[in-house]
Amino acid sequence: MDFTQLLSAMPGAVAQGLIWGVMAIGVFITYKVLDIADLTVDGSIATGGATCVMLTIAGLPVWLAMVCALAAGLLAGLVTGLLHTLMGIPALLAGILTQLSLYSINLRILGASNQSINVLKYDLLVSLRYITHAILVVAVFAVVIIALLYWFFGTELGCSIRATGANPNMSRAQGINVNFTKVLGLMLSNGLVALSGALLAQYQGFADVKMGIGSIVIGLAAVIIGDVLFSRIFHNFALKLLSVVLGAVIYYAVLQVVFSFGISSDYLKLLTAVIVAIFLAVPYWKAKYFSKPGKKGGKTNA
Amino acid sequence: MLELKNLNKTFNAGTVNEKKAIDGLELSLEPGDFVTVIGGNGAGKSTMLNLIAGVYPVDDGLIRLNGFNLTNLPEHKRARYLGRVFQDPMMGTAATMGIEENLALAYRRGKGRFLGSGITNAERDMYREKLATLGLGLEDRMTSKVGLLSGGQRQALTLLMATLKKPDLLLLDEHTAALDPKTADKVLQLTEEIVSRDQLTTLMVTHNMKNAIQYGNRLIMMDAGRVVVDIKGEEKKNLSVRDLLEKFNIENDRMLLSE
Repeated sequence: MDFTQLLSAMPGAVAQGLIWGVMAIGVFITYKVLDIADLTVDGSIATGGATCVMLTIAGLPVWLAMVCALAAGLLAGLVTGLLHTLMGIPALLAGILTQLSLYSINLRILGASNQSINVLKYDLLVSLRYITHAILVVAVFAVVIIALLYWFFGTELGCSIRATGANPNMSRAQGINVNFTKVLGLMLSNGLVALSGALLAQYQGFADVKMGIGSIVIGLAAVIIGDVLFSRIFHNFALKLLSVVLGAVIYYAVLQVVFSFGISSDYLKLLTAVIVAIFLAVPYWKAKYFSKPGKKGGKTNA
Repeated sequence: MLELKNLNKTFNAGTVNEKKAIDGLELSLEPGDFVTVIGGNGAGKSTMLNLIAGVYPVDDGLIRLNGFNLTNLPEHKRARYLGRVFQDPMMGTAATMGIEENLALAYRRGKGRFLGSGITNAERDMYREKLATLGLGLEDRMTSKVGLLSGGQRQALTLLMATLKKPDLLLLDEHTAALDPKTADKVLQLTEEIVSRDQLTTLMVTHNMKNAIQYGNRLIMMDAGRVVVDIKGEEKKNLSVRDLLEKFNIENDRMLLSE
């Protein structure tokens, strides 16, 4: 293990972690707030990247290309939401259907399986050529997004989305249109994921139709690592969002450490899955084997 | 006030599990009526309440409240007129949200939810006062997650949420059945206090005949998806459990047991 090499790889891991942190906040909104496992994200992250790259190449300013990427993500979320609420398809399946169709759409957007964008030719927001700058920019991005979401989930509309995830029965009884709040939550989530895809494509200098494969698992890893490590000290909603971003950074840092032991990067996806499986199992095992009995479970209505 | 006309509801129609839950149900309530509803398992009590609330659609018939036709309105739109407490204490509150947040959700029942503040300081003061009337000490735990409360506390909170915005009709679906006897009595007392204070029109389903007789000004018994007994006024006041058993030849084990 080469310690100096590991150290020199860390800034890159932090930058990537922060970018994926933005994506993981999107996953947090569906997985934790809405209680839906949304697989659309594997497609919408690539949609965001593709939209941003192609529009920038076409001559749009980067910020405008990123706004369009955000809008494309909102649309992807809308499709999943409508498949789920309007057509009654289970959320998991609705996400898979959108994800699959997005693969074709992303191919059409890119016109090829990948497109590169050179930071020397275009005025990009972030690039791995300037890592310190990238870390700063994405950190500011993450903080602004967390602040906006903190405000939003404190509003009447935001509260109704949270209530929908917590107890849809109660939400309907209190007059909340849970179909509407679910669609809105899915849109918001995929919008953020696409925005993160736009950042990622700029950072790595290309967009690829396959760049989203397995991203839901990375997002979940970040959410779960953040939850397991920080849930005891972070109770405030904004801090919970921050713990998701930190979870993503820690995830990439851990991967760097693992690879510094000489493990082939072919094992990347396998390792990711193993990490997520372990972090998912820990709370379950803790509850099963180490907790005090006595908490009553709910029964269905008679 | 509330009018149910020729309501019909069949579950699993056309299968071996076909069950006619509501069969030509007719019922009309006067403003301020506090009606207790008894009946055996499968008599259609809960189904009636769920049809009124819009949990599932009616096969045919008419549901009218204060002249409004509710029959085809989705559940979340009917919520504006209804307060509901369920049998399962987990069902009426959001466990992962705070006590004050749950109340704030209930306070906005029937109003649009936009980008205004989810809860204001003026509301917090009001909630604290309202919670104090429950006598459970919840006013000092406003930000605690509801998941930390006991079943009785959750039912009391759900009752407060259901009546925070005065509902046109309060629907109580065996709301004390999952509680221990002492807690159940406490929640029933609270129910009576709130109902009489705000003069709420109420439908209360119960399996306990004593409670059905003790509370309310009118008692109906359901069987096979219909109202088979309707007692009100003086007759209701003088009713005893023995009368009910003798008069109506009740055979249901669960009702006998709870005498």
